[in-house]
Formats: sequence, C-alpha cells, structure tokens
Amino acid sequence: MTLRRGVFLSGIAVLCAWVLVPLYLIALGAVGGRDAVNSWPKSFWPAELSLSTITAFMNIAGVWTSTLYSVEAAVLCMLFSILLGVPAGYALARFAFRGAVAFRLVVLLTRAFPVAILALPLTVSFIRLGLYDTPLGVGLMHTALALPFAVLVSASLFQAIPREFEEAAWVFGCSGITAFLRVVLPLALPGIAATAIFAFVISWNEVFAATVLTVRHKTLTAYLLSVLSESPLHVQFAGGFVLIIPSVLFIFLVRRHLFAMWGIANR
Amino acid sequence: MRNTRLAPYLLIAPSLLFLAVLFLVPLVQTVALAFQADGPGGAAWSTANFARMAGDLNFADAIINTFEIVVIVVPLQLCLALGMAMMLRHVQRGRDIVLWIWSIPLGISDLAAGLVWLAILTDQGYLNTVLNWLGVVKGPQSWLSYETPIALLAAIVVAEAWRATAIVLVILVAGVQLVPKEYGEAADVFGATPWQRFTKIMLPLLKPSIQTALILRTVLAFEMFAIVLSLGGRNFPVLVSEAFTWQYANQNFGVAAAYAVVVMVISLAATLVYLLALRTPPEQR
Repeated sequence: MTLRRGVFLSGIAVLCAWVLVPLYLIALGAVGGRDAVNSWPKSFWPAELSLSTITAFMNIAGVWTSTLYSVEAAVLCMLFSILLGVPAGYALARFAFRGAVAFRLVVLLTRAFPVAILALPLTVSFIRLGLYDTPLGVGLMHTALALPFAVLVSASLFQAIPREFEEAAWVFGCSGITAFLRVVLPLALPGIAATAIFAFVISWNEVFAATVLTVRHKTLTAYLLSVLSESPLHVQFAGGFVLIIPSVLFIFLVRRHLFAMWGIANR
Repeated sequence: MRNTRLAPYLLIAPSLLFLAVLFLVPLVQTVALAFQADGPGGAAWSTANFARMAGDLNFADAIINTFEIVVIVVPLQLCLALGMAMMLRHVQRGRDIVLWIWSIPLGISDLAAGLVWLAILTDQGYLNTVLNWLGVVKGPQSWLSYETPIALLAAIVVAEAWRATAIVLVILVAGVQLVPKEYGEAADVFGATPWQRFTKIMLPLLKPSIQTALILRTVLAFEMFAIVLSLGGRNFPVLVSEAFTWQYANQNFGVAAAYAVVVMVISLAATLVYLLALRTPPEQR
C-alpha cells in the first residue's frame, strides 16, 4: 500500500466516522441508561445497556399515540403518492401527448416552493373540511410534497422498461390494461416499492406542516417539537433516536434504487 | 384510436387535480392572506402584514441569519459532496457499504439531526468532554446560548452539513454514473493531470446534476427551522421559524403568511439564478 492510498483510505474512514459517530452518540444517549445522560464528563462507552430511557419515553402520555399518528399519516401519504403518481408517470413515459412537457415542468416547479407557503392556509381550509388535526389531513399535505417525486421517479422507471415487452403482450392478445398489469408492473415493482418507502420517509420526517396542522392528534415530529423547550434532555435524545431508527432502516432497504431514482429524476 | 388519445390525460388527471387543490390553491391563498388585513369593513387588501413583519424585532435578524446559513452551508455541502463523489470512484472494495453509510443522513429529519447534535454540543455533552480532556476548556461550557452567536451559527452549520450533504452526494453520484469513462481515459492519453481532468471534464459534464443539487439544497436551506429550534431555541431566529412562531404561538396567520411569501420569493429568485447561471446549451445534453 502506497502512502497515497493510505491517505485516501483514511479520508474515506474519516468521512464514514463523520456520519456514524454522531449516530452512535445519540444511540448512547438513548440506550446508555438515564444516569449517563446527566453525567459529566461523558463516557464514550456505555456503562450499561438498557431500554429504560426509550420505554420511559414511549410511556409519556401522548408519545405512543403520536407515533401511531405518524405511521398513519405516512402510510396514507405513501398510498396516495403511489396511486396518483404511478399512472401519471406511466403516461409521461409511454404517451407523446400535448401538454406532457408542461405537466413535467409543473411537477418539477413544485420543488421550488417551501412547505410553509402550502401548510399555512391549509389550517383554515382543513378546519372547514373537518380534516384539521387528523392524520388524514397531514397525510394529504405530505402527499403534495411526495407526489411530484413519485411522478418523476415512476416515469423514469417505466422509461427503462422496453416498450417491445408490452407490444409483445398485445400481439398475444392482452388488452392494454392486462399487458400493463402482467408485464410492465412486475418489472417496475421494486422501483415503485422504493418510491413508496421514500414517500413514507418524507412524511415521517416532515416537521413544519405536521405541527401547524395538528393540535391534539400530533404526529411524533410535531409532538417532539412542541415539547422541545420544556422536556429534559434524555427525553429529547430518546425522541431523536426513535425518529432516526425507521429512516435508517428504510434507506438501507432502498439503497440500490437511490441512485437510479435520483439520477433520472434529475433531468 | 380514440382510446389512446384520451388515455394519457385520464392518467395524469388525478395527480394534476391533486396538485391543483393541495398546491396551487394554498399557494394563492397564502399570497392573499399575506396581502389582506382586517379593516373596519372586513378584510381588505393591504400591506399591513408586511409592515408588521418588517417592524418586528426579529425580522432583520431572521433575514441575516437565514442568509448566513445558506451562504455558508450550500457551498460547503457542494464541495464536500463533490469530494466524496470523486473519492468514491476510486474505492474498489466495499464501495456499496461506503455509499450506504454516506447516504444514511438522507433519511434523517432536520428535527432528529438537531437533537443528535444537541447531544454532542450541549453543555454537558461530548464535545465539551473532549475539549475538557484536551485541556481547552475547564468544565461544562455553553455553546448554544444567546451570548455565543458565532458558536451557535457554527453548530447549526455543522448539523446541517452533517444531515443534508447526503442528498447532494446522491444527486452527484447519480450524475457521475452517466459520465462515460472514455472521456477520462482520453484525457489521460493527452497527459491531463487529475486536477485538469476534474475541472475540464468532470465539472462541465456534471453541470446539470450540480444545478439540480444546488436548487434543491438552496430551497431546502431557506426552509430550515427544526434544526435551528432544537439547537438554539428562539435564540437564533430564521425566516421559517419566525413564520412558525407567528402562526403557532401568536396565532397571527397574516404575518406568518407574509413570512412565507418572503421565503417563497427568495427561493424562486435563487432557483431562477441557478437556472440562468448554470444553463446547459441543448446541444451539450
């Protein structure tokens, strides 16, 4: 190993540590026992391993239900994004139609608008519609954030599947819909699943809209934000840790699709 | 076939309708809300909300703080991600695992990232433990308070760089994969140095990816607020945290909407600048 290679590899290692060490430290705060959180100086090694901080956090009134609301909103967001986004993506990939360019542009443009501008007036409309303070309302709002992504990604997924496959199915007497369901959909499914997971993470992580659109039925992020100033540190660390676990798992599940998704959603 | 002419419109109709109701309508409503105020004869058009916003004690701070963060964080993230993407090309074994580790923060919310760095930077946190051990400080030291604005800014920048460099990296790596290997090999034949290869071949070909990454990151950086609230509380006002406070704590929807409009105008202006400055001529695509 030459010196250059050594420097290079230590650079890689340092950057991995830059990502992982903070995660390790919050995990330490969450599962290292409650005494460790308030000790000084801090130990970089857990004195004990216990789930007591996490269970204490989950037993705080409202936390468990908030987690459920978060999951509910995220699942709804996932379903809406896929059900609405996949057909649109298919249309963009397979049909040359008037307005296709304009539609793609509209979808791309949504990225330039901040969440704040969408979430604020929805408070009023949602109160009127009975959607305020419900996981359904939060899920709908989050769909507005995840849908553009789902449209662009599924368009690129379908583009990658040769048109000839479908045409062959037509030759063998499949209708357009059967050909789609039997031939195209199975091939696109892994990518669609990855998109769905991403929609889930977008909703699970979103803070602003979730906080503004709920009062009593808070999602986990909204709950954590609202108690931020008055809760003790071990509660905050446990909360942060609980927020992070599913995200890290999900990124692991979609890691193969991550680059394909972003690479093509780019252009 | 009449059927296939209608088909694409039927397929995009649901999402178009959805975006109209939950994107376009709220957008227009926010702008209307910002430009209306309660007068003697009901709501009337006025700039009272903007006047109240501009007159607020925190407004100037919020503008300055927001721009400070964006101007420091976005270039930092771009350089870091470019470096990481270039390094990845030379990783032979374990490329997948390195890539996965580097993209983990992509799934982490700004609130959670703020809490992670709070664990490190709080008075009795890990940073102070290390500094204490090195003899730099004696005992717990406060970094995130009103009296240490520069340390607080640095903390927010570090937390944001930790969390959101991953998205830039993913976009750039996806772009690098599209660059044909032959270009680099051709440059080698003509005796280009690694630096020349990077600046003369890689950077120009990555321009569309860089543009996407910059637009996305800049818009999201202007929107940042949970990281700021979890680290600094109300000690470090930014535009969106002010919008949040006016809406949530003060229940003044008009001023909150005015802040949202300011954020939107800035975001759109930034997007436009990137679109123009990093334009790729069609024949180069």
